[in-house]
Amino acid sequence: MSVKMPEADQAVLGRRAEIVKALRTIVPGEGVIDREREMKPFESDGLTAYRQLPMVVVLPETTQQVAEILRYCHAESIKVVPRGAGTSLSGGALPLADGVLLGMAKFNRIREIDFDNRIAVVEPGVTNLAVSNAVAHAGFYYAPDPSSQIACTIGGNVAENSGGVHCLKYGMTTNNVLGCEIVLMTGEVVRLGGKHLDSEGYDLLGLVVGSEGLLGVVTEVTVRILKKPETARAVLIGFPTSEQGGACVSKIIAAGIIPGGMEMMDRPAIHAVEEFVHAGYPLDVEALLIVELDGPAAEVDHLIARVESIAKDCGAVSCQASQSEAQRLLFWAGRKAAFPAAGRISPDYYCMDGTIPRAKLPLVLARMKELSEKYQLGVANVFHAGDGNLHPLILYDSNKPGELDRAEEFGADILRLCVEVGGVLTGEHGVGVEKRDLMPAMFSEIDLNAQQRLKCAFDAKGLLNPGKVFPQLHRCAELGRMHISGGQVPFPDLPRF
Amino acid sequence: MTDVLKPADTAQVEEAVQWALGSEKAYEVVGTGSKRALGRPSQTEMTLDLSALSGILLYEPDELILSVRAGTPLAEIEKVLDDNNQQLDFEPMDYGPLLGQEAGHGTIGGTLAVNLAGSRRIKAGAARDHFLGATVVTGRGETVKTGGRVVKNVTGYDLCKVLAGSWGTLAAMTEVTVKVLPKPETQATVVVEGLADAQACAAMAAALGSSCDVSAAAHLPDHVASYFDGLPKPEAATVLRLEGVAPSVAHRTGMLLKLMQPFGSAVALDEANSKALWRSVREVSPFATEAARARPLWRISTAPAQAHKLVDLITPAAQMFYDWGGGLVWVAMPFENEADAGSIRRAVAEIGGHATLIRAPASLRASVDVFQPQEPGLAALNRRVKDSFDPKGVFNPGRIWAGV
Repeated sequence: MSVKMPEADQAVLGRRAEIVKALRTIVPGEGVIDREREMKPFESDGLTAYRQLPMVVVLPETTQQVAEILRYCHAESIKVVPRGAGTSLSGGALPLADGVLLGMAKFNRIREIDFDNRIAVVEPGVTNLAVSNAVAHAGFYYAPDPSSQIACTIGGNVAENSGGVHCLKYGMTTNNVLGCEIVLMTGEVVRLGGKHLDSEGYDLLGLVVGSEGLLGVVTEVTVRILKKPETARAVLIGFPTSEQGGACVSKIIAAGIIPGGMEMMDRPAIHAVEEFVHAGYPLDVEALLIVELDGPAAEVDHLIARVESIAKDCGAVSCQASQSEAQRLLFWAGRKAAFPAAGRISPDYYCMDGTIPRAKLPLVLARMKELSEKYQLGVANVFHAGDGNLHPLILYDSNKPGELDRAEEFGADILRLCVEVGGVLTGEHGVGVEKRDLMPAMFSEIDLNAQQRLKCAFDAKGLLNPGKVFPQLHRCAELGRMHISGGQVPFPDLPRF
Repeated sequence: MTDVLKPADTAQVEEAVQWALGSEKAYEVVGTGSKRALGRPSQTEMTLDLSALSGILLYEPDELILSVRAGTPLAEIEKVLDDNNQQLDFEPMDYGPLLGQEAGHGTIGGTLAVNLAGSRRIKAGAARDHFLGATVVTGRGETVKTGGRVVKNVTGYDLCKVLAGSWGTLAAMTEVTVKVLPKPETQATVVVEGLADAQACAAMAAALGSSCDVSAAAHLPDHVASYFDGLPKPEAATVLRLEGVAPSVAHRTGMLLKLMQPFGSAVALDEANSKALWRSVREVSPFATEAARARPLWRISTAPAQAHKLVDLITPAAQMFYDWGGGLVWVAMPFENEADAGSIRRAVAEIGGHATLIRAPASLRASVDVFQPQEPGLAALNRRVKDSFDPKGVFNPGRIWAGV
C-alpha cells in the first residue's frame, strides 16, 4: 500500500524477547501473544488492504494492567496501538512492526445500569449492540448505531466518534457519552465526566471522543441510554433524478421535520441491493430515499402524511409507507445490506466516507460519474442524506493489476472533491492511516500543528498510535517552540478606549 | 484602568496577540462584556474587545448550519433564526438578569466560550454539541481553523469541544459555525403539584425515562415557586415540557398526565403559559431579583436522580431549584458575601458532579475556587492543554484557575 508508516525502531525490535517477557509479568498466561500464526488475526482491521504484523499482542483485563503496560512502554519508549474489535474502516487499529498491539476485547463487562439516571457504565470491549441489548428489557437503547454494531465495541466507538443512520436526530457518540476513564501513555489513570452533564475544566471528554486512539486508552465508558420511541415507520420514495431526491430531503428539513433516519441510494446501489435482498425497491428510479419517522403513533402518522405530500411535490414517482414492523425492517434490510451487496457485484469494494453540503449532491454525483469513467471503475452511492454524509463504494478487483491503486486514487479524488465543495474528508469513519495524507487538503500546517500540540499534552513522547491521523510527525519540543516577533503596537489607526 | 484593543478582523486579532507576546502583555477577552462578572475576576491591564467582529457569514437553513463572526450578538442570531422558524436547540440561557444586567446582551462567542445551555440540555445537548467549526487565534498568535461547515464531521481532533467551556482562556474565536434546528411547532407543560424534592426527582426520572420525549424537566420547590410565570398556583411544582407537532404534543400530554398520577395531582399548561414558565427558568428568575442579587449563587451539575440528596447536604437556609431533570441545581446561599464553598464542595464530593460559583462579589470570586477543584493529575492535564494553545498566558490568565 502507498501509505508510509513510521520507521520501525530496530533497537526496540532487537529487544523483542525481553519486552515479551516483561509484558508477561504484567499480563500472565495467554494474555500475551507473540507467535506469528496467533498474531495473524490482528494484522489488519476493517480496512483489509493494509496489513502489518505487530511486534507482540497484549490482551489486558484490568485498568491496572493497562496502566502498567503503558508505564512500561513509556519508560522503554515502545509504541502502542490500541484495538477494540478491529472494525475500523480507516486503519485506525493497523499495527506497527515495532509496536505493542493492545487488544481491549477482554474488557467486556457491563459494570452498571442506572435507569433513573439513564446511563450505563460499560467496559470498552462491550459491543455497541450489547449495550442496547442489556437495557432492552426496560425499553431502553443506546442511540448511536454504526452498521458494524454487532461487532464494533464502545471503546472503538469512542475512539472514532461513530455515528450511524440515526445520528441526524440522536447525535453521534460524542453526544451520547457522559464520562470515561482513560489511561495516559505514562500509565496515569484519569477520569473524565461521570453521571452528570458537562465537564468541570476543559471538555477533555469531547476531545478524547474521536481522537482515534492517539490520546489515551479508554478503560471505562459512561453512556447515555434513551427510552425507545413508541413506534417507528419508514417511507420508501423513488425519484427520477438525484436532484429531486436531494431537493426532497431539503424540503423535509425546511418543513421542520428531523426524521429518525433519512437515507438515499443511487441507481447502482439500488440495483445491487435489490438483487441481493429483494426488499421491493423500485428499479426504474435514479434515487431512492428511505425516511424513517419515530415517536408516538399520532406524531408518526401525522409526519408521514406530510413527508408523502412533500415527496409528491418534489416529483416522486413512487412512495410507499411501511404498514407493519416487518415491512419497515424489510425497507431497512436493503439499505443495511448495501456493503455486502456491493461485495456480490464486485470482487472488492472500497468504502469512502466524505461529508458534503447536501445542496452539492447533484454536482458531486455528476463529477463522480466523470471520475468513474476516468478510472474505469464502477461506483455505487449510499448516502446519510439528512446530514450530507456520503459513502461511495468504489468497485474493483484486487486480482487485476493496478485496480487497487486506481481505486485508491479514485477515492482520494472523491474526498478532495468533498472538501472542494465545502465538505470534509470523513463524516464518521475517521482519518486513520487511510485519509492521513489527505489532511492537508482540509487543514494548513498551522492547523495540524495546533492539533498535534494537544496530542503532546496527552502523550509527549508520541508513542500512542503514531502514524495515524497526522501526515507529518513532529517532535513535541519542536512544536512547543515559539517564534515571537511582535513588539509594534497593533493597528495604531484604530481607536483605543 | 484597562486599555482596550478592538480589532476589526481575524488578521488584526492575530496582530494584537503577536504584539502581546512581544510585549509580555495579557488580555481579558470580551465580546460585549455581558459575562464579565462570571468566573474569577480578570487580572489583566489590557482588554481584547471582539465585539467589532460581528455579522452573519453564511446561513443555510436547509443544511442546518450558520456561520457567524464570533462577536455577533446572540439576539441578532436568534432573530434571524426565528424568521426561518429555526433555533439554537441548546436553548442558551441568559445570564444578564442574574448578573444585574439587561437581558439579551451576550454574543455567540461568549455563549460558546462558557458552553451555555438551557433547559433543553437534557434532550438536545449543550453549546458544545452544536459547535461545528471555528477560526481562532491561539495564544501563539497563529490563526487556526478547526471543524467544518457540515453537521457530521470527524476529521481531526474536535477542538470545538475544548473551546466550548474554555472561558476564552485558550484562543480568541473570530468565526464560528453552529448547527441550527427547526423550532418545534408547539409546546405544553405538565405540572405535578406539591411534591417534595425526593419525590420530584423520582417523578422527573419516570418522565424522562418514558417515551413521552420530555424536552425539559424542572422542580420548583415551594419557597421559590412564586417567582415563576405561568404556574397555576405559587406552590411546589414539578414541570415537564413537551414539544413537537400539535397532534403529538396533545397525545403525549395525555400520556404524561397519566404517568404522573401516582406522584400527585397533575395539570397541563397551554403553549403561552408553558413558554412563560420556561422563560422564567431560563432567566433563573427567583435569583435574579434585586433582593436576591446580593446572595452568592451556585450552579451544580450532578447525577439527576441523586440531586435531592445533594441538596440535603446543603444548609436548609439556602434557596434552590432544579433543572435538567435534577441534573442542574441552582443554589442561592442565605448570606451576603458568604459563599460557604466548603459545604458545597463537600456535598458535591459525596454525590458527584461539579459546582461553579456563578455570582458573588469580585473579592469573593478571587478568594475561593469559583470552578470545581480538580484531582492533581487532571489539573496537570488541563494545564498542559492550556499551554498547548496559550503557553505565555495571553488570554484570560487566572479566569478559571489561579495561575493558569
